Amino acid sequence: MEENKVLETGSEPVLDIENLVIHFELEDETVYAVNGVDMKLGKGKILGLVGETGAGKTTTALSALRLVPDPPGVIKSGKIMVAGHDMMKLTPAELQKVRGKEVSMIFQDPMTSLNPVYTVGQQIAESIYLHEENMTSKEAYKRAEEMLELVGIPAYRAGDYPHQFSGGMKQRVVIAIALACNPKLLFADEPTTALDVTIQAQVLDLMKDLIKKQGTSVVMITHDLGIVAETCDDVAVMYAGRIVEEGSLEAVFNQTMHPYTEGLFNSLPNINEDMEELKPIPGLMPDPTNLPKGCAFAPRCPYATERCSEKVPELKKVGEHHRVACSAYEDPSFHIARRSK
Amino acid sequence: MNNTENHAAAPILEVKHLKKYFKTNKGTLHAVDDVSFTIEKGKTLGVVGESGCGKSTTGRVILRLLDPTSGEILFNGKDVAHIKGAELHKMRKEMQMIFQDPFSSLDPRKTVSQIIAEPIQKYKIVKGKEAIEKRVLELMETVGLAERLYNTYPHELDGGRRQRVGIARALAMEPQFIVCDEPVSALDVSIQAQILNLLKKLQREMGLTYIFITHDLSVVNFFADDIAVMYLGQLVEKAPAKELFRNPLHPYTRALLSAIPIPEIGKSRDRILLKGEISSPIDPPDECRFKKRCTDADGACEGCCPALTEVSPGHFVACAHCIKAE
Amino acid sequence: MADKNVSVAAKYKKRSQAGEIWHRMRKNKGAMLGLVIVALLVFVALFADVFLDYETDVIGQNIAQRLQHPSAQHIMGTDDVGRDVFARLLYGARFSLAVGVAAVAFALVVGVLFGSVAGFFGGRIEEVIMRISDMLAAVPSILMAIAIVSAIGQSTLNLMIAVGVTSVPQFIRITRAAVMTVRNQEYIEAAQSIGLSKFEIIWSHVLPNCLSPIIVQTTLRVASAIISASSLSFLGLGVPSPDPEWGSMLSTGRKFIRGYSYLTVFPGLAIMITVLALNLLGDGLRDAMDPKLKR
Repeated sequence: MEENKVLETGSEPVLDIENLVIHFELEDETVYAVNGVDMKLGKGKILGLVGETGAGKTTTALSALRLVPDPPGVIKSGKIMVAGHDMMKLTPAELQKVRGKEVSMIFQDPMTSLNPVYTVGQQIAESIYLHEENMTSKEAYKRAEEMLELVGIPAYRAGDYPHQFSGGMKQRVVIAIALACNPKLLFADEPTTALDVTIQAQVLDLMKDLIKKQGTSVVMITHDLGIVAETCDDVAVMYAGRIVEEGSLEAVFNQTMHPYTEGLFNSLPNINEDMEELKPIPGLMPDPTNLPKGCAFAPRCPYATERCSEKVPELKKVGEHHRVACSAYEDPSFHIARRSK
Repeated sequence: MNNTENHAAAPILEVKHLKKYFKTNKGTLHAVDDVSFTIEKGKTLGVVGESGCGKSTTGRVILRLLDPTSGEILFNGKDVAHIKGAELHKMRKEMQMIFQDPFSSLDPRKTVSQIIAEPIQKYKIVKGKEAIEKRVLELMETVGLAERLYNTYPHELDGGRRQRVGIARALAMEPQFIVCDEPVSALDVSIQAQILNLLKKLQREMGLTYIFITHDLSVVNFFADDIAVMYLGQLVEKAPAKELFRNPLHPYTRALLSAIPIPEIGKSRDRILLKGEISSPIDPPDECRFKKRCTDADGACEGCCPALTEVSPGHFVACAHCIKAE
Repeated sequence: MADKNVSVAAKYKKRSQAGEIWHRMRKNKGAMLGLVIVALLVFVALFADVFLDYETDVIGQNIAQRLQHPSAQHIMGTDDVGRDVFARLLYGARFSLAVGVAAVAFALVVGVLFGSVAGFFGGRIEEVIMRISDMLAAVPSILMAIAIVSAIGQSTLNLMIAVGVTSVPQFIRITRAAVMTVRNQEYIEAAQSIGLSKFEIIWSHVLPNCLSPIIVQTTLRVASAIISASSLSFLGLGVPSPDPEWGSMLSTGRKFIRGYSYLTVFPGLAIMITVLALNLLGDGLRDAMDPKLKR
């Protein structure tokens, strides 16, 4: 099993998730949100976690902070190590210490992730003050102003309230809060989806810059393969609660193996090419309360054979930095249509 | 279905000096400020721009969901900007809209069939219970909805299917012209491609004319024949899609194009990072609205706002620099 | 697909939305208890004159039997003029419920009408409606009801009007708030774009989506209307004697509370149980209708 890992880096991984299973147990049905996810991330690396709505990306991220709402969310099994802390064994008080200091998260919507009744300076200072033992609140506020400068907002605006900022500025504030304590690991859940493209470019640029400076490891959750291509070192593609393909950016983008990943690429209109018609993936995501037997993608997969609906394919190593979960590759001559050019 | 062969270059819609102002406590908000363009029958005009640039308002004013402050909207040669009552009612049948949010654009208390049947009943397109049911089923088939969804409620459907219901509702009145307001931006990529293909197929088969409003330039490149770029209520550039992507002139268009992340390694363009953010549309000064963020701004940009000028056939731009250079 | 002999609508028939609500409510024990009690009360109110003769059993005096403690013959005893308390309570359900329901029905119609106009159109018309509603709400409701009854005279109908008027502001407010959230949904714009008139839109798209808070409010308001009506009757401004309204029964029983406490306990319990049942039902309805509980 160990040598099967491809995303490992030499030193102790900052994030190490093994066999994570999360169910949402509702009154009369169970949502199988995450069904056995392994994930490792080395220091200073950026992992792009790609997939569609309901693939389990956000739930996986929330579980690493132990923020999955319970009830109804239940972590059925799994090991979650964040910067050497076993998140499954920490007490609530210890968890609070780890969150923000060792691992933090940026949410999609900057409009709702800031508290409207505190100034942005207070909100940044709060997270610093909570985690830095020997810092007075005054010093924390000073640091907050520095953080604002760092994300490109003049320090004098620390006394302003969130509603006085535009969407892009708010997301900068959110980034400042998330990075205020120099966390070792950052989850960014669609951090730029709510922003306009020109603002998105500014914010992504800023994030890349800060991450490099601070040596933070990042899990970038996104559905935008363009953002992945521009910011990430590694990629993991999720479908129906499982990782179906993972590897280095180069491997996943240029030697795509999984039919689902291929389908995602084909669905995108490419501004460098003219095309008459897009090639969408037919059908819909499977109902997470009633996943098909075998490979969850099989019903939509153009290459599916009978064996696909028999058993769930395991992630198998196919290259030095590349793993894929598709039983078609048991046949060594199998290849998908993409990248034949 | 009908009118397919008539692809001549007759403009179906001509918008002239369209303005829509809103009064707010802080002053007059110039949502749409002197916008003019034409669309030929059977073509698609893509309108792109960032949030707050007035692209949705433009679409809603053309459909008369909002009343224009001034200007003309010539639909098949007839000014519909100020018509009322029965005339407006008749016009509604010809011009329809597909909405952005598939979750709020369908009444949660109505079933799929009730939603699609409503315009049919209102306009008496067919009469009688059976005929209506038949027509609803035809429409459902056209947009790719399974017959078993006839009595389902919107909340039981996913985003893609809901958007199909919205499209079927718009098609029910057999319109000539449809405003698509970000119809795929709330959908996942694989579903987005399904809907875009469907819209293209319908255009081919029914000879529909679209205004396609979006913030996503890669979608509009795939979808539109012409592209209009809006900034703060004004058109800054309009050109055939290919021309715009090959030869963007306005500094804003160039920045916008450079900002699109491309899903290929090493393919991203040299990014033009804009300074600051879109400024306030409330009582804007009488000058080039992009000046403050523009990378090229200099003395030539002083004075009144540049007019939209044709610099090469079909390529219009509103920028003092670009016009001078040509 | 045209040559189907079974209509598609019938073929894919499924549980309606009301059916869904009922399905969810059945799981709520409190709400079901409330519903059973309310149903029982409605039954009693409707068929009270089948079991009881109004002239003899309810208002017929029998001094020989006065102030009897509860016994097998009079399970709730008799009052100061020898009338059976149980019979009067049963018949009283008719008055109390009628006043409550009629008053709230009046408030519902007026409140929803003005509330939806205010919420949908906004602007000056909203200002006028809301300020008048605020003025109505500013006067303590019992005081307002007393004023109305004193002005137009004491009768059961006037009691209904008085209690109804004091309930109007709540309905205006709750309808307006609900309409305002629905008004900005895209499906309202969609309805406009397919050419429906303003009133068609309000009737077939806005109001159906505002129904849940209004239904819940109606149930809860019936409960408080019963209390208001009983209070007025207790003060002697409500249903005139000898009609057996629960509030007026309490009022007469008050004089004998030391020796014959059952005269106040039973009408008091009747009011309490009715109000409790309606509140349980209202809360249950609210939970069952809350779209957040839907998938």
